[in-house]
Amino acid sequence: MNMPGSGAATRDEWMTVAAARMLRDRCVCFVGIGLPSAACNLARLTHAPDIVLIYESGTIGTRPDVLPLSIGDGELAETAAFVVPLPEVFAHYLQGGRVDVGFLGAAQVDRFGNINSTVIGSYASPATRLPGAGGAPEIAAHAKQTFVMLKASRRSFVEHLDFRTTARFGAGGPRAVITDFGVLAPHPDTHELQLAALFADATIDEARAVVGWPLAAVDMVARAPSPTAHELDTLRALHARTREAHAQPVALPVS
Amino acid sequence: MPFLSLHDAIATHVADGASVALEGFTHLIPFAAAHELIRQRRRELHLIRMTPDLVYDQLIGMGCARKLTFSWGGNPGVGSLHRLRDAVEHAWPRSLELDEHSHAGMAAAFCAGAARLPFGTLRGYIDNDLDKVNPRVRRVDCPFTGERLAAVAAINPGVTILHAQRADRAGNVALRGIVGAQREAAMAAATLIVTVEEIVDALPPAMNAIVLPHWIVTAVVHCPGGAYPSYAHGFYARDNAFYQGWDAIARDRATFEAWMQRHVLDTHDHAGFLASLEQKAA
Repeated sequence: MNMPGSGAATRDEWMTVAAARMLRDRCVCFVGIGLPSAACNLARLTHAPDIVLIYESGTIGTRPDVLPLSIGDGELAETAAFVVPLPEVFAHYLQGGRVDVGFLGAAQVDRFGNINSTVIGSYASPATRLPGAGGAPEIAAHAKQTFVMLKASRRSFVEHLDFRTTARFGAGGPRAVITDFGVLAPHPDTHELQLAALFADATIDEARAVVGWPLAAVDMVARAPSPTAHELDTLRALHARTREAHAQPVALPVS
Repeated sequence: MPFLSLHDAIATHVADGASVALEGFTHLIPFAAAHELIRQRRRELHLIRMTPDLVYDQLIGMGCARKLTFSWGGNPGVGSLHRLRDAVEHAWPRSLELDEHSHAGMAAAFCAGAARLPFGTLRGYIDNDLDKVNPRVRRVDCPFTGERLAAVAAINPGVTILHAQRADRAGNVALRGIVGAQREAAMAAATLIVTVEEIVDALPPAMNAIVLPHWIVTAVVHCPGGAYPSYAHGFYARDNAFYQGWDAIARDRATFEAWMQRHVLDTHDHAGFLASLEQKAA
């Protein structure tokens, strides 16, 4: 287990830090659970203290001390500026155009940034039934820009999706896809995702080995700047607080 | 508006084959009512819920459901709902028909149902495959601008079951915290059953709070702890360790069935369920 201040950054930490750095202070950000939630809160605890985080549970302007396990943990409501009913989050805030950034996770992404989070195999008799759409299709449609985070494998970066849950939107789909080896960004004309930056010791060959289409790279693939000590300490302390909080036994509500 | 025991509320108001929405978005999930449906061996239910969560994993795994209307079916922050997956992937213990939405679409369908409109509209389901597999998602042209919008058929559950913090003696119900689409699911239903943490002489003044007035509430059930292992804000916290532990229980059919037997079928009521977990922890 990594303690604050010890050890080189893992690939997970590179991902989270790179994603956090894409968020501007004071932007209004609709947060997906899991990897995006860690990245958005890291941004809030470092360079973006006045970022407005919205979770689909209706918690707006939330400032959790520990990462929520679900999108509806009590921590999110207690630390929110205010809480609204769920239909209002989607209709008034998201569809109403009042969200700057949507930050999504995904099971599968294709070369243009379309997302599958529904099934592997056919819909009628799937090999793997995934959780489904949740908020993603409309977040991608209505947030002014979208970022996607997912771990890289031959099953996650594919030439053809088995099911299109969420269509890419805006000028060329997601602004960036952040994954284990680095960052993909859309080509300005074709909108095809191409390699834009690499983490640490990652190589173009490693990236091409796990991406299921012939991965193009920009002319000068950037070496992503290393996470700073402050970013790593903040992220590790956040994860340590979170582990401790989630391991706390909850008293059964018996009288 | 009668006060009933949970046994009598379910026995009286939920028949085999009913369409039932047990709503509550992570918070205030009516677990006690779901367990009572399982104890009374309800079958052929059409289950409706934005996030099926562990509560429907249990109902589906116990063979209570014929059909599921939903918009996101995972164990939040943990992974799969293994019983839901087993039903869809292998038809175990039986096949499950899906009526699948996005959150925004399902919220619009509840809002339409609450207002007794035939459908809800949104800018949604754009250029994806969901409308290809769900005939309840269609398109409509705006009569004013001509814009093409998504139309979702209204959701009107036969019975909606909620859990809330408190009711007063007249049967007015108040809930607070994360309230999801509970108000809309309540207003959309033909019958509304609410389990509550406590019954008080008068609800605390709560201008703009979510109040479900006595004349839309069919029955109130006093059921302390009725949302556990989800939570009731101001009463008890979400048991995240339980949600994490559920993954291993639900992954295996026999382990799941043994757990349900011990903690639900072999217990008389929700107090018995909680006591069985307390014994295990001791």
